[in-house]
Amino acid sequence: MSFIVDYYNYWIVVFLMMAGFYIVISANNLVKKIVGLNIFQTSVFMLYISIGNVSGGSAPIVADGITRYSNPLPHVLILTAIVVGVATTSVGLALIVRIKRAYGTVEENEFEDKDDLI
Amino acid sequence: MTELIDLVLLGMLAITALRIIFLKDLFAVVMLFGIYSFLSALIFVNLDAVDVAFTEASVGAGISTVLMLGTLALTGRKEKTNNHTTFLPLLVVVITGAALIYGTLDMPPFGDPDNPAQQHVAPRYIQDSPQEIGLPNMVTSVLASYRGFDTLGETAVVFAAAIGVLSLLGLPKHEKAAIESGLKSHLVLRVVAKLIVPLTLLFALYVQFHGDYGPGGGFQAGVIAAAAIILYALVFGLPMATHVIQPTLLKALAAIGVLIYAGTGFASFFLGGNFLDYNVLASDPVAGQHIGIILIELGVGVTVFAAMLSIFYAFAGQAERANIQ
Repeated sequence: MSFIVDYYNYWIVVFLMMAGFYIVISANNLVKKIVGLNIFQTSVFMLYISIGNVSGGSAPIVADGITRYSNPLPHVLILTAIVVGVATTSVGLALIVRIKRAYGTVEENEFEDKDDLI
Repeated sequence: MTELIDLVLLGMLAITALRIIFLKDLFAVVMLFGIYSFLSALIFVNLDAVDVAFTEASVGAGISTVLMLGTLALTGRKEKTNNHTTFLPLLVVVITGAALIYGTLDMPPFGDPDNPAQQHVAPRYIQDSPQEIGLPNMVTSVLASYRGFDTLGETAVVFAAAIGVLSLLGLPKHEKAAIESGLKSHLVLRVVAKLIVPLTLLFALYVQFHGDYGPGGGFQAGVIAAAAIILYALVFGLPMATHVIQPTLLKALAAIGVLIYAGTGFASFFLGGNFLDYNVLASDPVAGQHIGIILIELGVGVTVFAAMLSIFYAFAGQAERANIQ
């Protein structure tokens, strides 16, 4: 049982990562690809936060009577990564909007044979 | 108990991701992705990452869902069935996944206090930051002071992304709308939005200035404030929102935020310290750190607010234009 608890978080992270990866390489629709990329990204966040967790620890905010804290460093990295992630996602979505306007479709197989319009 | 909650929530997360793979209705995909983000936020709380959970709940379940729905309004909500073979992607994914699972067996056990990640710089941050920086929230100390340089870069990335979106889509013109937009005919929405918007803005200010002591900070505050205005725009229509906060103002604000941040760095330069070394900003190092952190968190908050809101304006302006045509 302790073997499962020790590694369960990492296994779920790998599963999510692969789910996102699968969507990115198999989906035809560009919006769905972006969703897949986001799932992949969230799995990396989950990995970092899992690594920073200390069992029996507390959130890294100083309080009386608490001696063990979780690692604050991964929290900082991931907090900023989330905001940067949504900003870059929006650039991807904006490109999709432009692709739709130029080609009339966001299905990959329908516009990949057409000449460059943008 | 914490482990049990962790098991259940991560299981639910995996099921949500699995469902997203097979759904063809993109509207449902985006909604499920909102649920997915919210579940992630719950897991982050359970893993003691309260600041991260805060950000994920406001960004993932709020802003990114709205932006994706905005894109769907322009590109259509159905994914066409494709006759691609799914065998090859599946094979690639299974092999990669198996290799990664094999790799996880070499990872240190989850939650062990003796893990390598807990040995390097973390003990110093945990033991010394309350004295050196004088703030109870270690995440804010590390974000704004120890790793202030990183955060400057990330703020600049958010600013650059906003510029990218604006140059791709453009901001809506500040003019009277040709057609009725928003959900003004719904009385309940109108009343509830009027109640919620000011409270959300007040909460954003609280998060901004209380981030030194509790969970929160500039990133979360900026996103929450932007979410309040986005709610206003969704209910009362884009023209009303652009009347309240004009797009040109947002452009200026996004740049001013980065300027405040970098300016704080240069101020410490000219006072004889290193770039972003706040100790020299006041006669007492801890007081200097306080001033520096408040300033740069303000810069982050302003940039994130302006970037998120102008990105939303760009998408909403496109949708509005598509409706008119």
